[in-house]
Amino acid sequence: MIVGLLVLLACQLAGEFVVRLIGVPLPGPVAGMVILLVFLTLREPAVGSRTVRAAEVLLRHLQLFFVPAGVGVVQYLSLIAASAVPLVAGLFLSWFAALATTAAVAGVLAAASARRRSVPR
Amino acid sequence: MSLHLHEAWVETRSSPVFGVALTLVGYQLGRVAWRRAGRNPLLNPVLIAVVTIALVMWACDIDYDTYFRGGAVIALLLGPATVALAVPMHRELEVLRQAAVPVVAGVLAGSGVAVVVAVVVTRGLGGDVELARSMAPKSTTTPVSIALSQTIGGLPALTAVLTILAGIIGAVIGPALLTALHVRDPRVRGLAVGVASHGIGTSQMLHEGRTQGAFAGLAMALTALATSVWAPLLVPWLT
Repeated sequence: MIVGLLVLLACQLAGEFVVRLIGVPLPGPVAGMVILLVFLTLREPAVGSRTVRAAEVLLRHLQLFFVPAGVGVVQYLSLIAASAVPLVAGLFLSWFAALATTAAVAGVLAAASARRRSVPR
Repeated sequence: MSLHLHEAWVETRSSPVFGVALTLVGYQLGRVAWRRAGRNPLLNPVLIAVVTIALVMWACDIDYDTYFRGGAVIALLLGPATVALAVPMHRELEVLRQAAVPVVAGVLAGSGVAVVVAVVVTRGLGGDVELARSMAPKSTTTPVSIALSQTIGGLPALTAVLTILAGIIGAVIGPALLTALHVRDPRVRGLAVGVASHGIGTSQMLHEGRTQGAFAGLAMALTALATSVWAPLLVPWLT
């Protein structure tokens, strides 16, 4: 558990270091996630490996960790009330645009590749 | 012996332990309510926790900075937890290999459009720059959206709440809307909900089927990566 947690922290620190070093506007933990993914791909871990176990413990309660950030919304209640229309419209329309665009693009390409495969050569 | 009840209470509620305990109480209450309601996405544990904690803070006259002395201890684990998302992502690499082109193209298009529409609509209807920047990363899973909001100059707390709401919308009306749009391919259904509604949408798609769930999880992970590129690239240019 401790070693697994250290692997996760090491990846995060490496991620924080790399994004600062090359100056990309990417969150450090996201870079750390990519580093761990590369690491897992290169060194296929056993199902119950220490890193996998530590990751599973954290992911089981992932939602807990963003509660404090969410509570910060109490500081912006008047801003939210004053901008209810752009917030609600922006949320719904961009949500729908993401859903419909993904379904359209992936749907067309998946159908095209299925057709290609069924053509006899 | 002198009793300084008020002073003793003021010092106790300012301790980091108070913020940690309050966060755990809110989260546990949220989890119990969500389970009792048959895992209804409307009763999201985080939303319940946030409302509970905010009410206690209001009743006990605790400001956010005081609460966050303890809150910061829990929020610190968001970093390694984000890194840990690589583990479920790694498990789905095989699924990705089999449908790589439609998956990657769908995620890139969907997540890019989400950022552009979020910023354009929020700004167009009179929202200020900070609001638009807080809205931009809301399709990604919450730890990533909070980090991205910080990176591009939004309000991370507002982003956290918008992200959770985007997840709830997807879990509640996503599947029915896709059916209305005649989207039947289970892979495409999972992918679309995963891009628009991250983990909350994914847990709903797992109920619909294993294929839908796997593609939604994969879409969530890839959207986090794609939006990490799109948002810092597009948002400064759009706002």
